[in-house]
Amino acid sequence: MEGLVSYAAFFLVFAGVFAVAVLGLNLQWGYTGLFNVGVAGFVAVGAYTSAILTTPPIDDRWGGFGWPVALGWLAAMVTSGAAGALVGLLTLRLRDDYLAIVTFGVAVLIQLVALNVQPLTGGPFGVQFIPKPLQGWLGTGLAWTLAYLALVAGLLVIVFVALERLVKSPWGRVLRAIREDEAAAASLGKSAFAFRLQAFVLGSTLMGLAGALQAHFVGYIAPEDFLPILTFQLWAMLIVGGSGNNRGAVLGAFVVWGVWAAAGGALRQWIPQSEQARAAALQVVLIGVLIALMLVLRPRGLLGEELAVSRHGGAVAGDDDAR
Amino acid sequence: MLQIIADGLIIGSIVSLGAIGLTLTFSILRFANFGHGELLAWGAYLAFSALAAFAALGWNAGGSAATFAPLSFGWPLVAAVLVAALLTALLALALDTLLFKRLRLHGSITLVIASFGAALAVRNLLLFFYGGIPRYYSSDLQIAIAIVPRSVAGGLRITPDQLFVLGLTAVTVLALHLFLRRSVLGRAMRATADNRELARVAGIDPERMLRVAWLLGGALAAMAGVFAGLTVQLRPTLGLDLLLPLFAAVILGGIGSVGGAVVGGLVVGLAESAAVATIGAEWRAAAAFVVLTVMLLLRPNGLFGDSGNRGGRA
Repeated sequence: MEGLVSYAAFFLVFAGVFAVAVLGLNLQWGYTGLFNVGVAGFVAVGAYTSAILTTPPIDDRWGGFGWPVALGWLAAMVTSGAAGALVGLLTLRLRDDYLAIVTFGVAVLIQLVALNVQPLTGGPFGVQFIPKPLQGWLGTGLAWTLAYLALVAGLLVIVFVALERLVKSPWGRVLRAIREDEAAAASLGKSAFAFRLQAFVLGSTLMGLAGALQAHFVGYIAPEDFLPILTFQLWAMLIVGGSGNNRGAVLGAFVVWGVWAAAGGALRQWIPQSEQARAAALQVVLIGVLIALMLVLRPRGLLGEELAVSRHGGAVAGDDDAR
Repeated sequence: MLQIIADGLIIGSIVSLGAIGLTLTFSILRFANFGHGELLAWGAYLAFSALAAFAALGWNAGGSAATFAPLSFGWPLVAAVLVAALLTALLALALDTLLFKRLRLHGSITLVIASFGAALAVRNLLLFFYGGIPRYYSSDLQIAIAIVPRSVAGGLRITPDQLFVLGLTAVTVLALHLFLRRSVLGRAMRATADNRELARVAGIDPERMLRVAWLLGGALAAMAGVFAGLTVQLRPTLGLDLLLPLFAAVILGGIGSVGGAVVGGLVVGLAESAAVATIGAEWRAAAAFVVLTVMLLLRPNGLFGDSGNRGGRA
């Protein structure tokens, strides 16, 4: 029984962490139409920032300042947001697919830095002994896992509510106006570039927070935690749940993570040990097929975009199928 | 110094071949196909399987009788390239029919997302079928020939296979150039890339041009993949690793420009070999990113970009 509760708690913590990142991605893609395929890179920046700042001092690596965990998380959001600002300044004036190509490159570059700048990131060995908050009180057992789950759930609710208020505010409506018709929005005096940049930075910030949450839960990070597959998992979550809808983003995170975990479990159960490394590839094929199938069969996702109805008149957005 | 240039040109010719296919599909289909690298990888592995099939039929790939004297391969590999080019072209077409065609009306970014999904699925199928262990077309070690002695500018050593890759790339690029400039089909393709509606009015069926672009892009990708396998090694991530260099080459040359893709590919190749020689092999992948970033900052339309494919937002 306790094993089951423990497994469920682990599952939910990861789903919650992913949900925070997917909410960030939803702000960028779902509401603003910015195509970021370097999500894993922004998550990695947050994870490494907090890990480097909060770990105890260590000889052969820079960092280890022993900062309080909460400060580490704040710093993670700041650095990921800064990375987002840099990428945004470079690409948001260019055509959409260039943003995709550059963010893809950024993720490759961040992966290279994590792997090769050993004095900062620990190279292939990663960063170990990342402090788990409140462990002094709760120990390492189930109690701590449940407490962390509550923490992640609380943060997820805060992020969700804040984003809901934001996208329903005039600011959020401008984002969608720019996404749908940039010329019309510009003619009303809205700087498309400025709004895009704000949305991109804010989304990156949430990805950084997700990275930090994951790092302090596992207690250890390495470059292979932030491979491109992470980006695709998060994208699958958003597309399955329904982009342009925060509820959909959260739902997608839980559904796709569930499908992923179930597929992994099935593979472990039914495929002989010797073939498992190879069969693990099928788990990834599943994510790819899921993305393609959703786009063809149900492009609006499980929930679809919410209609934004102004109190002053007709619908602002809502033609999901046009994209 | 000479060696860095030669190595760069060899990497560059592989990137060029791949980038030509990418730039063609980019300009005619109007979306950045992130699955293009997987066509290179599949081409390389299909040729590997074709070779194995020939050997099983008694046409020995490694035997000395079937090998062109200084090269590591013979007629079997040439035949395998043709088989792989055909099958890869069909794979590209199949992906289009199954996926991209259905999303054509949804706009370019939906197609880009779809290409990500397709790439992920196709790449991992490759990993499932062939496993992750690197493979080689021939188990013989090739001895590099010293073309320039070490005393002159650091010397230059090159394997016969590498020379072959350089030569065949040049021939292919020339043939493609003539095809696009002189043949009716080639001109119709360029017209479709320039203005799909106007081409349609002139009696060109755009869907047919899209199919030709996929077939051509797939075949060229297979060739590039085999060359990559021949000069480096075969591994399932071959396509993913080449994706950033391919895009850097396409953007450097300007979307839709075949000559630009070739120049872009060579520049990216030279940048990679310079990075390997000066900074270290572990930073190779960063070279393409630097080329890409510099280009986007200075000239987002590329060196030879058409005005119709501007880098700026519409």
